[in-house]
Amino acid sequence: MKGQVFAITLVVLSGVSTFVMFITTMHSLDRTRNSFYNDYNFADVFVNLKRAPESLKEKIKEVPGVNRVETRVSAHVKLDINGFSEPVTGQIVSVPDDGQPMLNRLHIRKGRLADSTKDNEVVINETFAHAHGFNLGDKFAAVINGKWKKLTITGIALSPEFVLVMRPYSMSPDFKRYGILWMSRKAISRAYNMEGAFNNIALTLYPGAKVSDVLRELDNIVERYGGYGAYDRKDQISHRLLNEEFNMLRNMSKIFPTIFICVAAFLLNVVMSRTINTQREQVAALKAFGYNNVAIGIHYAQLVVLIVLAGLVLGIVAGIWLGGILGGIYMEVYRFPALVFVLKPWVIISAIFISIASALVGTVHSLWRAAQQPPAEAMRAEPPAKYKITLLEKMGVGRKFSQPTRIIARNIERKPVRTMLSILGIAVACATMISSGFFKDSVDYMVNVQFVLSQKEDMAVGFVEPTSYRALYEIKEMEGVHYAETFRTVPVKFRFGRSSYKTVINGIEPDSRLHPLLDSNLKPVTLPQEGIILNDYLGKILGVKAGDMLTVEILEGSKAIRQVQVVSLVKLYLGVMGYMDVKALNRLMREGEAVSGVYLTADNQYQEKLYRSFVSMPRVSGTIVRKNEIRNFYDVQAKGMLFFTFIATLMAGSISIGVVYNNARIALSERSRELSSLRVLGYTRGEISYILLGELVVIAIAAIPLGFIIGYALCGYIAAALQSDLFRVPLIIEMKTFALAAVVVMISASISGLIVRHKLDHLDLVEVLKTRE
Amino acid sequence: MSRKIDAADKTKEIVFQVKDLAKTYKMGEVEVHALRGANMELYAGELVVLLGPSGSGKSTLLNILGGLDKATSGFVSYRGNDLTKASEQELTEYRRFHVGFVFQFYNLIPSLTALENVAVVTEIAKNPMKPEDALALVGLTERLDHFPAQLSGGEQQRVAIARAISKNPQVMLCDEPTGALDSQTGVVVLEALERVNRELGTATAIITHNVDIAAMADRVIHLSNGRISEVTANKVRKSPHDIQW
Repeated sequence: MKGQVFAITLVVLSGVSTFVMFITTMHSLDRTRNSFYNDYNFADVFVNLKRAPESLKEKIKEVPGVNRVETRVSAHVKLDINGFSEPVTGQIVSVPDDGQPMLNRLHIRKGRLADSTKDNEVVINETFAHAHGFNLGDKFAAVINGKWKKLTITGIALSPEFVLVMRPYSMSPDFKRYGILWMSRKAISRAYNMEGAFNNIALTLYPGAKVSDVLRELDNIVERYGGYGAYDRKDQISHRLLNEEFNMLRNMSKIFPTIFICVAAFLLNVVMSRTINTQREQVAALKAFGYNNVAIGIHYAQLVVLIVLAGLVLGIVAGIWLGGILGGIYMEVYRFPALVFVLKPWVIISAIFISIASALVGTVHSLWRAAQQPPAEAMRAEPPAKYKITLLEKMGVGRKFSQPTRIIARNIERKPVRTMLSILGIAVACATMISSGFFKDSVDYMVNVQFVLSQKEDMAVGFVEPTSYRALYEIKEMEGVHYAETFRTVPVKFRFGRSSYKTVINGIEPDSRLHPLLDSNLKPVTLPQEGIILNDYLGKILGVKAGDMLTVEILEGSKAIRQVQVVSLVKLYLGVMGYMDVKALNRLMREGEAVSGVYLTADNQYQEKLYRSFVSMPRVSGTIVRKNEIRNFYDVQAKGMLFFTFIATLMAGSISIGVVYNNARIALSERSRELSSLRVLGYTRGEISYILLGELVVIAIAAIPLGFIIGYALCGYIAAALQSDLFRVPLIIEMKTFALAAVVVMISASISGLIVRHKLDHLDLVEVLKTRE
Repeated sequence: MSRKIDAADKTKEIVFQVKDLAKTYKMGEVEVHALRGANMELYAGELVVLLGPSGSGKSTLLNILGGLDKATSGFVSYRGNDLTKASEQELTEYRRFHVGFVFQFYNLIPSLTALENVAVVTEIAKNPMKPEDALALVGLTERLDHFPAQLSGGEQQRVAIARAISKNPQVMLCDEPTGALDSQTGVVVLEALERVNRELGTATAIITHNVDIAAMADRVIHLSNGRISEVTANKVRKSPHDIQW
């Protein structure tokens, strides 16, 4: 039983360790986040506006429910970093002149806050500093309100507001090309002519305050100051993405451990019923000596617990260890002062309870049977197992079967439940493997759709403010530019009935060559001449359907409220936005032909020169280079994905080895007598191996297609569970992922087969003839 | 009734020749000398009973004759071929084509019907009889499609005999074929063995500790303590029908 116990231990270990890993990582991140938020006064509500006098602060303080209010000045800037020729942008946030802000306080990793008497000092966020290898005293340049300025780094910091630093409307964090700069309020106000004014508010609420009322009231107050719409934490990008990460961890902690625990329970069931069967005589003897059913039941239950215990203990240790690794991987992207490792006792208790309880549930039938046997009956040898002509043979298929093939068929059919569960177990291993490949496949697919098929530009150039169409011609004239087209992005709040959602409308040129809107079938979506297209995810959030009139609150410029008809909902993988023909959007805005930016393709050798010149253009707010975006996406995702694939492969391997090996061992112990008899009758080792391994091969082969189906369904479930504002994971599974899963199953089956074959070659022919079954 | 073996028998064709055969094996810490220098022959067409108490070495002897076990020292030949030097593969082939086995516990394949249990052997034999014919020979024509679980002990053993004879073996080796059966059923099984020996002329060695069964043999080889203590010949073979125990 050594090998089998080992296999079960492996499966229990996998289940318990993934459970502990996911849950403790989630708890740790949650606790870490909460203490960071509390200790550093993370704000509850944020408001962006164009410009308001400082006196407005008092009015905001009077809003019922509002506790503490802090005004700030914030701006988006272009940066120029020595030795890094690609475009970099950033956000400057003001810090009070007298030191730490009241809300969203900074955790200074190194150095100090910027001196308010100096206008060239900044504190930068840690990921940005690490990405460029910046240290205190290092300098870089920024275009602040159209003027070049050399900035000196005085500190490196973290902020609860920027746990995850992400450029607005981008798909993935880019630590190299986007940074947060904290500057003294005095310096930034002077640079942006914001003295005595502000353009950003952070505030906290009293407990029990009704968030939606506060937001509405705030919007009313700041409306005439060019408010872009107040929002609370759930729409705050760093917070929202952390929440989505927690959701993912929560789902993972449910899906995978459940699979393992079920497999382990099944394996225990098979092993225990076999063990009890072979020990029926001892059981009878014990009973004859006066042991009662309870004592016998407890004896075997103890054995079950003992087998589970090893996997449980190792699993908890491994889970804590892996949780530390996973937490570390998260900490590279999500920055907290320190990871507070949380190991809640109930996690351990439930791991123990769940695994032991399911093991006992899995074996209760055999335990009951062991306890129920009357001693006399148990001491008698078991009668020959009952067999039947198989269905296949009744249908006439089996007439040509050789006897060994018949043996295989009948053994498989005799224990249909166990056979089905074995097939299911291996299928689940196969499915687990597919689900790990699925992540890579779907990400590859999304990247291809997003960055290759629907973003054909080399660069996207954004303007500080909506600009006239002339800008397009100016850019087209630049050296090296092949082709250019405009886009218009308008921040809006959609309202429909009681639902609302803050996002942007993307105005795209009809028949756009560089930025076609593709639906989930990769067909270009034709933009209507009037009206708006929403992606279906946004449609679902708002509860709209084609033909509905949607209220659009424009969050810039005129701040007008308009109505627009929803023409259709299309399925898109990324973002939650509305799409319009750029001309229709401009009509909706009633502002003539304004553009927010330009997509362009350019000669390779001119690209660097081009974005250097964009950096120096005051009207250009930033430039995004497509190929950098792709590379960065993979850089950020790579480590996590590798870790997950590694874990999943390990787990899938352990399940399939566990199931196949156990099957093979049980089959061997059940059949060693008849196989030895066949050897005595002159069958060769190869011929009897065929009988035993043939059965395994049939089970494994049946399991693979079922595994494909379960894998597909599992991926569908995961994809649904992971859908978020950022992206909907497409259910894309490459052929090679299926193939790899099948190969892993076949390899683990072969390894188990080889071990059993080795045992088959050493059957004791004489021994088996002396004993009756 | 019995007489000492006479020289004339030695002119018969020898199937097995055993010389100074010894077998020692370890059972836990203890060394067991199962055979301590046995000498014997088995001739074509004869029915021999190997008689002896348990532990006398008769099963060990039969297992070595059947190519299931290797001797520690000494010599065994089958029709002039040295079995002690045969490889694993050669022994498998030897069992496959030349030997028919019958065991105390039948060793049928539970998942196969009576007919199929015989077919297991005929499928791999060189010149087999039809499985139906083999089963007819043991009087089981009516039970061809029954699984072992549906057959009585005696019927199961007769299936085992049919299986053993179906390949037309040169020699039948039977280890306590009636050991697990009551006397009445045992007689039926012995009749089947006797009939096969008589009609097909298959050299047959039957192991038993049952003295009464010895009466049906041409010769009786007595074993005790790992040695052949005595070989006697029956002038007349008693029909199993007349044997009772």
